[in-house]
Amino acid sequence: MALLTVSNLCVSIGSLSPLDGVSFEARKGEILGLVGESGSGKSLTAMAIMGLLRRIGGRASTGSILFDGQELTTLAEPAYRQLRGKRIALISQNPMTSLDPLVRIGAQIDQVSRLHLGLSKPAAKARSIDLMQQLRIPDATTLHGAYPHQLSGGMKQRIVIAMALAADPDLIIADEPTTALDVTIQAQIIQIMVDMVRDRGLALILITHDMGVVAQACDRVVVLYAGRVAETDTTEAIFAASHHPYTASLIGCIPAHDQAEGTLLGIPGTVPSVLGYPAGCRFHPRCARVMDVCRTQIPAIVALPTGSVACHLHGGTA
Amino acid sequence: MTPLVSLKGLTRDFASGSGFLKPRRVMRAVDDVSLDIPRGSVTGVVGESGCGKSTLARLVLRLIAATSGTVTYDGADIGALPPAALRAMRRNMQMVFQDPYSAIDPRYTIRRALMEPFQVQRIAVPDPAARLAELMDKVGLNPSLADSYPHQLSGGQKQRVGIARALALNPAFLVLDEPTASLDVSIQAQIIGLLEGLRRDLGLTYLFISHDLSLVRYFCDRMVVMYLGRVVEVLPQARDKPRHPYARALMDSHFEPDPARRKVVQMLKGEIPSPFNLPPGCAFAARCPAATSLCHEDRPALVMGDGGHQIACHHPMG
Repeated sequence: MALLTVSNLCVSIGSLSPLDGVSFEARKGEILGLVGESGSGKSLTAMAIMGLLRRIGGRASTGSILFDGQELTTLAEPAYRQLRGKRIALISQNPMTSLDPLVRIGAQIDQVSRLHLGLSKPAAKARSIDLMQQLRIPDATTLHGAYPHQLSGGMKQRIVIAMALAADPDLIIADEPTTALDVTIQAQIIQIMVDMVRDRGLALILITHDMGVVAQACDRVVVLYAGRVAETDTTEAIFAASHHPYTASLIGCIPAHDQAEGTLLGIPGTVPSVLGYPAGCRFHPRCARVMDVCRTQIPAIVALPTGSVACHLHGGTA
Repeated sequence: MTPLVSLKGLTRDFASGSGFLKPRRVMRAVDDVSLDIPRGSVTGVVGESGCGKSTLARLVLRLIAATSGTVTYDGADIGALPPAALRAMRRNMQMVFQDPYSAIDPRYTIRRALMEPFQVQRIAVPDPAARLAELMDKVGLNPSLADSYPHQLSGGQKQRVGIARALALNPAFLVLDEPTASLDVSIQAQIIGLLEGLRRDLGLTYLFISHDLSLVRYFCDRMVVMYLGRVVEVLPQARDKPRHPYARALMDSHFEPDPARRKVVQMLKGEIPSPFNLPPGCAFAARCPAATSLCHEDRPALVMGDGGHQIACHHPMG
């Protein structure tokens, strides 16, 4: 049963349309990977779900975001405030900027459950310390009174995760939660988030550009390219046989265990800017398997056994 | 064969906090590093933030002076060179910086940025336009970008400018300080491919600094693992399995792009100790799953093993 259903979502900012017909589902107890290079629209999708588009002068021009039966694209701000932080939480990329440097970390976690769950001060504190312990933060009682600058980056990111969990949300969106961290800490934070989804049965949308992280943690994957969904499928299916050349290229960017020398290819060129998306399939200028039709016709979304793909190699035009 | 670059007992201290009523504290960023870099090889140095890898990169080019120890380039002790001779020597040894955004003057056009090395070295270029086109072509930049400013280029293009600038004077030795850390994975793979080709075509020698062990495994001939300023392991074949528990933890922190190779992440205990207050024994002991009381008391020396393998560990893994 889908907790969140995004259908044909188009986002416009002024005369630009950085998101164009994005559809996917997030389910309880599952980790959905939202993958793509910088500029593919991953964070914008997160902002649309969080109802933050107005802050950057954007809006959902068409399409729908259905969360637990409730339409979010038309939801008024006061009602959104009942959802944000309470039922849908966000873990952002940089823990250094998600925490108030002047407030003790414990108070910042407490605030969430006091506001959203109406807990008393002592009850909120007990809940925060319990959460910190579940996230394997050592000496949680002492650290509850510490300031953000006294903590390492990995510890701060755990605090941000604790804040996200404090109101017991149904959906968490984690926007590149480990890019600012050291490698050994990155792996640990990913592991903590996997455990969190398994233990609590919540839905997690994990935004990343690293197909290694997807293979490790995600159940299903949505591959975004230049504001459109290129391919979506289960993790197993997409790594066993991806259908979109872009997906295959993204997987090929991460060195595998036995990767032969000279075979790490990358993807030529860069993601096009929203100011000048190419006609037809937006990936065609960088695609090794480009055909004439790709240059002019937008590929239709074709159903696969467990997912879908938008590529002329697999079907007709939209 | 004599190595192109040879480091002997290289050590660098940084002092901090020497203010009014504040005692001076000294940290050893790089501690007694000895290393030979054979001509035409790619030596990778891997470690997390604070391990001293960037300080090492700067010491090797004498961008900063060593507290003790020597760097020999092609038989000449660069620490003993007078300024004019050092400047001449720098034609042979160049650096590619981590952040291409700040490595190029934002008010310089690409043309000016690429011609600056010749002015600094007072080398007359008979046909600057031809030299510029050749340089840009070498790194896969379209020569039509010559009059662009850095802000008009993508991150990958900027890093290509950084590489072209380092190559301008036809050096034999390049220090690459995390040249792909600030780039998307797709662009990272492009840049690594470019560096592989340049090394092959120009017979370059690289010292490659990275936090990404899998990238070092893929790209380098040899691997040097650093932790808190010290070399803890040297693998003469970068693809050999490391035996130091820290190197193994780094390796296990990389996720393969293959869901069949999912990992169980070992949670390292504790935090990286403060470099101002290192424990008496092995610096990794507090976080090491294999640590014994010996490790907390006695610092293991870097010991030479079979085939040039070196390790500093009381309990190397099998």
